[in-house]
Amino acid sequence: MTTTTAPGSMGTTPSPEPAPVRRRGDEGRIGIRANLRHIGALSRRNALQIKQDPESMMDALLMPIIFTLLFVYVFGGAIGGGTDGGRDEYTNYLLPGMMAMMGMNIAMAVGTGMNEDFRKGVMDRFRSMPIARSSVLIAKVVVEIGRMLITIMVLLAVGFIVGLDIEGRWLGLLAAIGLTTVFGASLVWIFMLLGLTMRTAQAVQGISFVVLMPLQFGSSIFVPTQTMPGWLEAFTDVNPLTHVANASRGLMMGEGAVAVPALWTVVWSVGLTAVMAPVAIAKFRRKT
Amino acid sequence: MTRENATGRGLNAVEVRGLVKHFGETKAVDGIDLDVREGTVMGVLGPNGAGKTTLVRMLSTLLVPDAGTATVAGYDIVRQPRQLRRTIGLTGQYASVDEKLSGRENLYMIGRLLDLPRARARQRADELLERFSLTETAKRAAGKYSGGMRRRLDLAASMIGRPSVLFLDEPTTGLDPRTRNEVWAEVHNIVADGNTVLLTTQYMEEAEQLARELTVIDRGKIVAEGRVPELKAKVGGRTLEIRPVEQGDLAPMAEALSERGLDGVGGATPDERTGIVTVPILSDEQLTAVVGLLAARGFPIADITTHLPSLDEVFLAITGQKATHQDEYSHEEAAA
Ligand SMILES: Nc1ncnc2c1ncn2[C@@H]1O[C@H](COP(=O)(O)OP(=O)(O)OP(=O)(O)O)[C@@H](O)[C@H]1O
Ligand SMILES: [Mg+2]
Repeated sequence: MTTTTAPGSMGTTPSPEPAPVRRRGDEGRIGIRANLRHIGALSRRNALQIKQDPESMMDALLMPIIFTLLFVYVFGGAIGGGTDGGRDEYTNYLLPGMMAMMGMNIAMAVGTGMNEDFRKGVMDRFRSMPIARSSVLIAKVVVEIGRMLITIMVLLAVGFIVGLDIEGRWLGLLAAIGLTTVFGASLVWIFMLLGLTMRTAQAVQGISFVVLMPLQFGSSIFVPTQTMPGWLEAFTDVNPLTHVANASRGLMMGEGAVAVPALWTVVWSVGLTAVMAPVAIAKFRRKT
Repeated sequence: MTRENATGRGLNAVEVRGLVKHFGETKAVDGIDLDVREGTVMGVLGPNGAGKTTLVRMLSTLLVPDAGTATVAGYDIVRQPRQLRRTIGLTGQYASVDEKLSGRENLYMIGRLLDLPRARARQRADELLERFSLTETAKRAAGKYSGGMRRRLDLAASMIGRPSVLFLDEPTTGLDPRTRNEVWAEVHNIVADGNTVLLTTQYMEEAEQLARELTVIDRGKIVAEGRVPELKAKVGGRTLEIRPVEQGDLAPMAEALSERGLDGVGGATPDERTGIVTVPILSDEQLTAVVGLLAARGFPIADITTHLPSLDEVFLAITGQKATHQDEYSHEEAAA
């Protein structure tokens, strides 16, 4: 090894080669604006994927139609006391709660597609680029919120056709949509974490189904909880879906309290997101 | 070991010291030292499983090394990954584009992720599509591209941000000769702009075309390194094959070459069966002299070809242990 040690300098030890650090003081941090831009670009990617593969929107479009028709016409009559008026009454009871149900179903579908998406080669490219790993997941949440909003729009359209009447409470409707979406977004994080944890899409689906059914039916979405046995009512009272459904019902129909269930919805949403999002992001970092 | 840079002439864009990565029993990278001077191309050669991809993935922060250190553009691959990612471009061995997006959308997305303004990102995408002959298929989903087209899209993607250090893992595998030449030209451009390229390849020809210095690795270790001519000299350069019109001229031709000392290290060998005289060639001058001599002596010649040493021959010459090498492989696999 040759060195350019100046003559007369001490010894023959070559001076250590200091790494030429450029852009002194640059911590490589990604600013908030840049972060938002990245999330935007990645959301656009997810949206374009849907455009390329329109079948992936089918469930989001058909689910609200089928469920509304099923519940309104199959159960509506019986629950409403066998009259057309009774059915209309049930429609008005059901629709606000069904928004929450749609949110949950959309969120659940995220988990199943998770593994395939993150095993793709394009993840390697993202990882070698100066973007926060979290923006990949956040972009996913953004697009799922979009999907949820579309589903809710379809649901409301069908609802209005079959007799939903909010009596001009449009602001209440907007607020209900907002609350439902915020809650739905927090659920996306749960299912994303589930998708990242479980190995196969089938496993995710299995687990999701087992969790989903009791949560949806053990709530105030489809029927008032007063007729349920005490132990079940205890469960439905803490079930966040009950709070979301009640809040929406209050906002859209002017029935029942709004403040308390709305507050609970926000608490649940913020709590779930605060816990699940960091865990999911950490998991994603380790996994990819 | 080449450490010219220790003399302080120019900076090293890549500095690797004792880098190690093991996967269980497999020593994928097993103590590699490497310097790549800024503004040059370093070629990393090696057979399948040598550890090339593992090395590149560590240098581009996709894998964390088990031991050793490395800096890229002065940034430590473990401690400063975020800064490092701003300066590099990567074309991995396997496609890393979004298959559902069109070629143009892929490049636009990457431009945006690299913080280019919208208009600039679009412009840059079109520029690169043009340069890699992808304009016609720009609107088609990348998943429907042919293998070579996807490869080119991948290469284009890694160049969007004009990286100062570019990693290319077998960039031209699967490309047809025309597009391969385009990629080579592009690499020359990149380096002409003062950027640095580290590429892995299986092809000696590619290494010769592009790289100033080569590192040959095998089973995670460096087995040879140096300038291309140095390595070629070790291998014995090219081989000249002369096919005389008359079979009877084989022996006299070989003799004439030996008399004039033009037969190189290995000696001119006449082969009755193939009807060819093979002569190891070390320089272009020697090649000219050989042809001149044969012409002067009036030997009628049917065909003359030269062929470059293949990677195999480089190994043979450098390590001289090709046979055992293969044996050990199957051994290890049997044990695993
Ligand atoms: N993720 C991994 N898990 C386990 N073993 C791995 C992994 N990645 C690489 N290896 C092993 O490490 C060794 C080096 O692999 P690597 O992909 O770096 O070789 P390479 O030189 O790129 O080969 P090729 O020319 O085939 O691309 C191989 O034996 C390979 O099986
Ligand atoms: Mg490889």
